Amino acid sequence: MDIKLPSNKIFDPAETLPRADLKALQTQRLKETVARVQKVPYYQKAFAKAGVSGDSIQTLDDLRRLPFTTKADLRGEYPLGMLAVDRADILRFHGSSGTTGKPTMVAYTRNDLNMWAGLCARFLTAGGLRPEHTVQIAFGYGLFTGGFGLHYGVERVGASVIPASAGNTPKQVMLMMDMQTDAIVCTPSYALTLSEFILSNDIPRDALNLKYAYFGGEPWTQDMADRIESELGIACFNNYGLSEVLGPGVSGDCVYRDGMHISEDYFIVECIDPQTLEPVAPGEQGELVFTTLCREGMPVIRYRTRDIASLNPEPCRCGRTTVRMSRVTGRSDDMLIIKGVNVYPSQVEQALLRVEGTAPHYQIEIDRPDRTDVATVQVEMTEEAFSASMKKMQELKEKISRAVQGITGLRMNIELVSPNTLERFTGKARRVKDLRREKGII
Amino acid sequence: MKLKQLSVFLENKPGRLREACGILAENNINLITLSLADTEQFGILRLIVDDCDTAQTVLKENGFVAKTTEVIAVEVKDEPGGLNQILKVEEEAGISVEYMYAFTIKSGENAVLLFRFDDMDKAIEALQKDGFNVLAAAEIHQRAAR
Repeated sequence: MDIKLPSNKIFDPAETLPRADLKALQTQRLKETVARVQKVPYYQKAFAKAGVSGDSIQTLDDLRRLPFTTKADLRGEYPLGMLAVDRADILRFHGSSGTTGKPTMVAYTRNDLNMWAGLCARFLTAGGLRPEHTVQIAFGYGLFTGGFGLHYGVERVGASVIPASAGNTPKQVMLMMDMQTDAIVCTPSYALTLSEFILSNDIPRDALNLKYAYFGGEPWTQDMADRIESELGIACFNNYGLSEVLGPGVSGDCVYRDGMHISEDYFIVECIDPQTLEPVAPGEQGELVFTTLCREGMPVIRYRTRDIASLNPEPCRCGRTTVRMSRVTGRSDDMLIIKGVNVYPSQVEQALLRVEGTAPHYQIEIDRPDRTDVATVQVEMTEEAFSASMKKMQELKEKISRAVQGITGLRMNIELVSPNTLERFTGKARRVKDLRREKGII
Repeated sequence: MKLKQLSVFLENKPGRLREACGILAENNINLITLSLADTEQFGILRLIVDDCDTAQTVLKENGFVAKTTEVIAVEVKDEPGGLNQILKVEEEAGISVEYMYAFTIKSGENAVLLFRFDDMDKAIEALQKDGFNVLAAAEIHQRAAR
């Protein structure tokens, strides 16, 4: 099904600030933020430990002298140790979905909520949302920042909200048809569920008025987006955010969908090598680090997201002057160092996607038989890729090998294995078998 | 003219070949001939069986990657230089052999060889022009059944 992309529209003129003006604004706001966090005992100690005084932060380059903040640091201050204002000034709390134990609480002042709605309105507008539209929010409303964040963003645009919340697929689809919903906010995997329901119930496409989907809450691949777009005929827009920094609204796709524009007037982004903590070159993958510039309730300094992505500082056709981030391709916890090169399992997956017929089922095995690392990618054979000709099979291995080398820079052994032999995990796939670790070498 | 060959992907692991053969045996599939091409890491088992479609179905049901390909069976004099004659014809026609193996069955005094060429139609044409007998699939199955 063909999709129709919206026109290019910019919600806030600040998104197009000349770079020099933006830098000046960032510098001024950074100084304010540093002053604000001086009230937080955690930061007083952290700055003292790093041997920096807040007053010495005068330029954007000075930011690098400040210490990083990690998820563990936030957890250590549970629930409200990171609060930078009086509790009386807080209007709302949210919490990050802590996979283990207690969530990380975040707090918003009136100004924070106002800013947040505006930032969500930016990416919604960029993704085609207009005041005449109706948006169905199929995110859970609760501690999770997705539901409420998008809710107020939609209202800020002036569009109407159906707060459908998560789940109950038949009811979601009924509302979509009866209310002629223009856009949906959900996780991409839920969009696939909706699409399957619509197709399997033979609901005619013209019974729906759906045009756009705004995805968040989980990483997704281009393949997933392509499938949703072709099945439902809607344009999918990615957005990014995390509660520790704000929630959704940190960045989002514009109509050209070539990287998500980071609202740099509200956040300073850095992209670092998670091992050396040094900045990586533009376009290279690294861990994203954010410093909030206007948050009052819980400002964060150099928060290490553990999300792996790359930054693109090139100007965009849409007119926004902000830097763009790639989709998140992995977690820094997953990073492997093979022969001294940083490799993410997701890069191998990307490589396999480029070779037709190789299923997404793979495993990376790393060993160090003598002094050199040996990495082997095991790929499950598929009927599509299989050939009775040995020459073609060798060519396939070579093609996979070249694709892997093209993306990771490393030559890896390729092993073709029987289908359904690699371990399947219901939740997170365990893609890596590091024999070096098992043997205690690293 | 063309014969259906079943190719099966085999990871080089102990028992994989036996497992594939076991599945075929359980389903009463008779192997007419086979060849195994292998590397140190994986192999390709190529089979001519009496019921190719069933064989493919049961192997797939058991998690094997199995695909059919076309090959041809050519009768050749069972004497020195027999194979050489066929290869010469194809070389002159500019056709390459991708792989070949032999049948255990004979056609009278003649041996029967099995070929996969890069251009199958051209290969058949060149062989027939030179008077070679390219056996029909039905003929192979009949002989095997005897």
